Amino acid sequence: MLVANLTPLAASLFSLLAILSLVLTFVMLGSRWLMDYLRAFTAQSWLIAALSAAVGYYGNYPELYLVAILTLVFRGLLLPYLLLRIIRRLNINREIHETLQPSSALVAGAGAVIFAFIVAQHLGALMGLAGTVAVLALTIMLAMKLIGFLMLAARHEAISQILGLLVLENGIFLGSQILVPGMPLLIELVILFDLLVVVVSLGVLVRYLLAHVGSTSSRDLKRLVG
Amino acid sequence: MIGALLLAMTLAPAVAGLGCVVVRRPRVCEALNLVASIVVLGAAIVLLVRPGDASRTYWNGYIVFDRLGAWTLLCTGLVYFLASLYAIGYMRMLDEERRLHGFYALFAAFAFTMLLGPLMNNVGVYWIAIEATTLVSTFLVGFERGRDSIEAAWKYIVIVSAGISLALLGTMLFYWGGSFVLGPSYDMTWDALASAAPRMQPQVLLMAFLLVLVGYGAKVGLAPMHTWLPDAHSEGPAPVSAMLSGALLNTAMLGIARFVSIVDRAALGPTPRTVLIVLGALSLTVAALFIVRQEGVKRLMAYSSVEHMGVLALGFGFGGPLGIAGALYHMLNHSLNKSLMFFGAGIVMRSYGTKEIAAIRGVLRHLPVVGALWLAGAVAITGAPPFALFLSEFMVLRAGLKTGEIWAVVVMAVLLIVIFVGFLNHFRRMYFDDEEAVAPQRGSSRWCVLPMWLAAAPLLVMGLWWPRWLWDYFAVAAAQLGGGGAG
Repeated sequence: MLVANLTPLAASLFSLLAILSLVLTFVMLGSRWLMDYLRAFTAQSWLIAALSAAVGYYGNYPELYLVAILTLVFRGLLLPYLLLRIIRRLNINREIHETLQPSSALVAGAGAVIFAFIVAQHLGALMGLAGTVAVLALTIMLAMKLIGFLMLAARHEAISQILGLLVLENGIFLGSQILVPGMPLLIELVILFDLLVVVVSLGVLVRYLLAHVGSTSSRDLKRLVG
Repeated sequence: MIGALLLAMTLAPAVAGLGCVVVRRPRVCEALNLVASIVVLGAAIVLLVRPGDASRTYWNGYIVFDRLGAWTLLCTGLVYFLASLYAIGYMRMLDEERRLHGFYALFAAFAFTMLLGPLMNNVGVYWIAIEATTLVSTFLVGFERGRDSIEAAWKYIVIVSAGISLALLGTMLFYWGGSFVLGPSYDMTWDALASAAPRMQPQVLLMAFLLVLVGYGAKVGLAPMHTWLPDAHSEGPAPVSAMLSGALLNTAMLGIARFVSIVDRAALGPTPRTVLIVLGALSLTVAALFIVRQEGVKRLMAYSSVEHMGVLALGFGFGGPLGIAGALYHMLNHSLNKSLMFFGAGIVMRSYGTKEIAAIRGVLRHLPVVGALWLAGAVAITGAPPFALFLSEFMVLRAGLKTGEIWAVVVMAVLLIVIFVGFLNHFRRMYFDDEEAVAPQRGSSRWCVLPMWLAAAPLLVMGLWWPRWLWDYFAVAAAQLGGGGAG
């Protein structure tokens, strides 16, 4: 088990990268500008790539270097580029009608982190891993999950919803790098590729939304009810 | 032999899909897709009756072939074949000749992804196959490019992707839990997880299972994660609705059944099954409420899918040989019957030019053959004898009585009666109300009526005569699933 016998330096490096990723999620939560979301997501992807490389180095998993490079290329460069193209096509640059003000969203996000921490600490104690970086990884994985759902629920713009989905995935990917670094390479690669296809599909649908609905806000998508 | 059949079965739709992209001639694409569906159905039937009981793996253990998978493949193959026949007639009515090759390419690709799911031995790759079905079918749902269908497609992909990401998290937790038993690096096959389950930390296992259940439950359309289903199933073209409802939901349900059999081996107590049963009962409740007051024809069918997925969840939740047999039998019956219902709904909607139940009157007078088949289907899908769904629903109820979950049995029985009354009341209005509606614009092609006959006939036959070997087959399938639960 990797997390049980880490040098203090490695443990702090993992923690630092993971916590910075969580902070970037809060940047997304606290802003209403679409470009802020995109920048935060890009930075988060780079941090995750760095984390993969760090885990590969300290845990002696050479295949994680490949994962790190692909994460950087796919999540860090290609996805942000695709998202940038989608944003350029829209004629808006910020969320206009949030269900939740950014300030309230931040408070809700903090609540999500506390809840995630309680669950993670409980599980960590049961597994005999209390106080290790595994608890932190679980916390951040669950917290990013909850915050991603919060973004999906509270934001209306198509692009915010796409980024909400990506935050959900980033959280899982980040946690899995620390918790299960030995996961077969194939799965990580296919999931990366899958993400790319998801974003391309969503991009095409955004184009249809613009052409056939005339709006990309889910506030205007309420014809189908009952 | 089996390996070659599996290969032919999965490659046929893939090749047909590519062929459609290359050839682009509508008539050729129709033929390609139909041939592929015949290959798939033929292979599925041969695979079903092959000898041998053990589940086997192929291709370095990436492909698994067991009774449960074979059964799901049969359901998928049947619906794919019927829907391909129907699509030939239906899609010609849409006047989309120029985009028709795109439709058939997506249609075949959708079938391809659905055939992959049940065969995947690796739990992570299974997740990817299920995710792929969403990505392909989104564009089929939005194929008509109307305002409503794009809205449905968008809601479908966002809700299901978000939901299914929970299943990925659960899968990771399964792997994490297993890594304490099997070492940090192992192949996450169904068997590996099942063998590690008894020694995994129970709380981690339970949390992983609940996440997986909610995640795949969103894909199956179990309430309260069903919200995308009525939109997607009602806004796509009718053959797509049939595939979504009759084939796709089963493919995801198979994952839930396999995860249930994994957690059965650990000492988790009754919680996992109880949660599944509660979700099933909740689905029936939501379906009953929305069926009674429904105004759209295809939305009525969509909520009926929520109902039947609830029945499947109850069947797998009750477990035991009887519950699993009932659920598997119900899976096939529902696939056939829901295809029939969506085929009928598609013809009726096109003929009357409306989706509203209120605007459809005198179906039997205007469309005698289609109307009669559709009415028979409606009686069958509400679980009335002498049709096969009566038998399978009754079996699930009996399984529930055996396990002692009396409250669930009572809830199920009452709600099935409510749905019976509510569902058929809509049909009474469409068939026997005196008020005159606008007469239908056009008739229906033979391509559309033939699959309705093909779907209706086995429902009646299997309702009257239940072959012995089918029971034996289910018994082996239940044994392969561990036959867990009381019973």
